[in-house]
Amino acid sequence: MSASGAELTGKSLHPGTARGPLLVLTEPVSFWGGVNADGVIVDRHHPQRGTSVVGRVVVMRDGRGSSSASAVLAEQIRSGHAPAALLLGERDAVLLLGALVGAELYDVRMPVVWLDGPALDRLRPDDDVEVRAGDPPGTATVRCCVAAR
Amino acid sequence: MTRSGTPLRLTEREQQMLDGRDGEAVALCMRLVTAVARASGASRLLKVASAHVDGCLYHGRAGLDFAERLVATGGRVSVRTTLNVGSLDLLHPGLVRDKEIAASGRRLMEAYVELGCEPTWSCAPYQSGHRPAPGSHVAWAESNAIAFVNSVLGARTDRYGDFLDIAAAVTGRAPDAGLHRDEARRAVLVLDLSGVSRALFEEDVAWPLVGAVLGARAGTRVAALTGLPGDLADGGRTEDRLKALGATAASSGGVALFHVVGVTPEAPTLESIAAPGAPTVSVGTAELRAARDELSTAVGDRLDAVSLGTPHFSVSEFAALAGLLRGGGPFSDTVDVWVSTSRRVLDEAGALGYVDPLLAAGGRVLTDTCTYVTPVLRPGTGTVMTNSGKWAWYAPGNLGVDTVLGSLAECVGSARAGKVVRDERLWG
Repeated sequence: MSASGAELTGKSLHPGTARGPLLVLTEPVSFWGGVNADGVIVDRHHPQRGTSVVGRVVVMRDGRGSSSASAVLAEQIRSGHAPAALLLGERDAVLLLGALVGAELYDVRMPVVWLDGPALDRLRPDDDVEVRAGDPPGTATVRCCVAAR
Repeated sequence: MTRSGTPLRLTEREQQMLDGRDGEAVALCMRLVTAVARASGASRLLKVASAHVDGCLYHGRAGLDFAERLVATGGRVSVRTTLNVGSLDLLHPGLVRDKEIAASGRRLMEAYVELGCEPTWSCAPYQSGHRPAPGSHVAWAESNAIAFVNSVLGARTDRYGDFLDIAAAVTGRAPDAGLHRDEARRAVLVLDLSGVSRALFEEDVAWPLVGAVLGARAGTRVAALTGLPGDLADGGRTEDRLKALGATAASSGGVALFHVVGVTPEAPTLESIAAPGAPTVSVGTAELRAARDELSTAVGDRLDAVSLGTPHFSVSEFAALAGLLRGGGPFSDTVDVWVSTSRRVLDEAGALGYVDPLLAAGGRVLTDTCTYVTPVLRPGTGTVMTNSGKWAWYAPGNLGVDTVLGSLAECVGSARAGKVVRDERLWG
């Protein structure tokens, strides 16, 4: 049932390349208040509480909560506790800003990609994927199952 | 609505800013504004009348590095800009229990003042003298302030966060996208509360619960609420209720704009604000009670502290608290009672005699910051009662405490009794 070799196309919100296992959030989470400095989900209301986002390609359909999430994400990028990439169902400016500042200040280019609903539906939890996002407003590709697990 | 295919066009002046003619700080800020504009499909930038900046709260070194980069490269705000809470009470810095946050948090707050921002240090600047005109475009951060300025004041801001808030303040520009545009402000969902008992809406605890349900139902969508009482000219009561509603909805969901039909400025009638085909959902008392249970994680009646003022207490909220305290006994010495507010509101409320009853009862006031972002609570604090849905939403994760959500009167009664006391009659 895996989407092996499938290549999904989305819009690049922030350029970069990354590779890592998918973390499909079953509910949105606020990076401020919901994810701690070590990149662990701490939101008590969240079904994936205790899960780490570090090095994962995090899939999030909707944004949630505080506008301070940008600073938390930028700090996670600085300290090496950030996701490898973000695949979003909405064009979330709050998370994009965290990625932009991470690149401006620390030269870390974390790709942020906007995917439509059907593309998000094809992503399987824990698949290894490769994300390549060009300069906005260009396209981005997400290649599934790049490595056998 | 996407408007892809219409590329972002800058004016000559905006292009000059991007090219560095006004210095590196302006250019960096313009890079952020244009990147977000492109991502959101904007075809142009808008001039903004004011900004409210949330970047002054310390979340780690990245935020400080960014602010100090702007200061070092000559950054300066170009429109009126107020500041959200910082990480410490500058009037009483000793209250903060973490030395690193105290030192770095202070440096961050100072950097934003150096950029020309007003040291308001409040998450409710709209009750501390910064009230944008209806229909004006502004760039505001802090989720509760965004919801308030859009919904209650009828000004227009999208959801700005750290970095973009100060970038908009420095450039005076924001993307023409999201909630700046007419089509995005229409309600795509209607919540009908006409089935809830009218008596419940006379209790302040009902309002954050409506917000919790709104956030859960709407997510990031714009909803219209019908069947709610209110009059924004009633001296602050309705305004304080909608402040509590919006703050909770922005926490439990991502609500940045809601309409209360017959009450808020853009919704004189349902027809005037609902998008064609917007579905209607009935919300009853049981759903509000379930929200109260979700926001109350504590078991039993143990109580260590009471936290009021999230978002920051208004003058009218201080008046209501003073009314409840008049003639009653002091708080139990086993319960710490905190009220968070702005310096300006503290001065006004103090001059009107609304603060002394709190201090006389044994309560304390925290300015410039908030009890849930700052290590102020005494170590070992286990259960905290609050009248704030936002505080109850975030405190368990932020502070590791258990919460009890109650009305202002229940908070006062519990603080006096030294244990949680709630009036269950309201809930049948």
